[in-house]
Amino acid sequence: MTSVRALLAVAAVSLALVLQVSVFSYVSWQGVVPNLVLLVVVGAALVRGSQFAMLLGFGAGVLLDLAPPADHVAGRWALALVVVGYVAGRVALDIKPTVTAALATVAASSFLGTSVFALSGLLLRDPPLTVPDLLQVVGISVVWDLVLTPFVLPLVMVMFQRLEPERAMP
Amino acid sequence: MALDHHRERRWGSADRTPGRGQPPRALVVALLLACATLITLDYHGGSDSPVEPVRRAMGEVYGPVEVTAAAVVRPVAAIPRWFTTHDSMRSEIDDLEAENAALRQQVNTAGYDRNKLAEYDGLTAAAGTLGYALVPARVVGMGPSQSFSSTVTIDAGARSGLRPDMTVVNNDGLVGRILRVTATTATVLLLIDADSVVGGRVGESMEIGMLHGRGVLGDEGRLDLDLIDESVVPRKFDTVVTWGSESGAPYVAGVPVGRISTVFSNLRDSSQRAVIEPFVDFGALDLVGVVVPSGTSSDRAVIEADGSLR
Repeated sequence: MTSVRALLAVAAVSLALVLQVSVFSYVSWQGVVPNLVLLVVVGAALVRGSQFAMLLGFGAGVLLDLAPPADHVAGRWALALVVVGYVAGRVALDIKPTVTAALATVAASSFLGTSVFALSGLLLRDPPLTVPDLLQVVGISVVWDLVLTPFVLPLVMVMFQRLEPERAMP
Repeated sequence: MALDHHRERRWGSADRTPGRGQPPRALVVALLLACATLITLDYHGGSDSPVEPVRRAMGEVYGPVEVTAAAVVRPVAAIPRWFTTHDSMRSEIDDLEAENAALRQQVNTAGYDRNKLAEYDGLTAAAGTLGYALVPARVVGMGPSQSFSSTVTIDAGARSGLRPDMTVVNNDGLVGRILRVTATTATVLLLIDADSVVGGRVGESMEIGMLHGRGVLGDEGRLDLDLIDESVVPRKFDTVVTWGSESGAPYVAGVPVGRISTVFSNLRDSSQRAVIEPFVDFGALDLVGVVVPSGTSSDRAVIEADGSLR
């Protein structure tokens, strides 16, 4: 059963990746598209907690780093999504389960994830961009992720609950 | 309310069942170290890093999926056009656009062609440009700006005769070059990527320089031109074409790139920097052509230099 669950998690992340790269590019705003993979990791963190979300974040990040047309230094999205998985999982323990809280968690995770990725780029000079450009992209991606949250997050959370109900609920 | 209560238990409870609370410190450290290792391996490996074969394998898996997804979405993305215009009008517009692009390209390169003749290098340049054909391909995936690199996936790969370091063009001009190929797809580095450097030649003055991408998509997909001869002041609205590399890789010569929109003079070292507005609209890339040597065996129709299909 565990392998089936892992396979389903991989399928969810893959679907998010392909949608992000091939479908949402039609509606990109300044080239920025909603980060669906990040939303999947946040959803996993809210249902299953830090440990699972960090593992999923690492896998999903490696996928984002290596699947075409990615060309940046591999491991940067993996790092960003591991951090997102940890923080979102920790936050899920302390917040009241309201819509506002979910949106706030997504906004914080999106800001954190894109920023960690951008900062790792600044450190590696890959590519050599200026801070205002980075901030603009971070801002737009937070807005995009918030817009897509009502459509994606409930689906993801229901899926992870169905996958392993005994782990999701105390 | 029942649902709310249900959620309350799931999110807000201070449960400490395995996998919910604080993750083991060993796991946190292990994952962070794994990321750091991956970054280090790929960063210092460069183009022959150990990550590259994995990247290619991933491309073999996800490339075809992206091709399928793009094929499904393309008709849907075209629906808005159905409401604004009839079928016949659309095909007419397409024809006119193609004609327009061809004319524009002629105008854009007119100065360059004149100079070429004047300098009697026509023979060698023509020999170079005659030997090429185009493999048509469509863009099936775009790298998001969140990743801060401008790359796209196209639906032609090694089976269509593509190899790394081939020039990619479209109706309007230079698009970029191929970074890596899989059996059925290829990854293209766009001209505007911050890592992209192209040799450029100003059409009117024949001065050569280097075109650097700025790495921003959106409305500011601009390029910076640094001229090698720093005493020359480039003129506004001059057309810039590719300078060309030896044996046409990665860039063939004479492909229109863009028009000079602004010129900056640096008073301190009296150098010139020009900003180029590319002819290609990178936000709406679809049909592109990959420049291959004439006679390349391909699994699809190849457009030869004289316009015939093979």
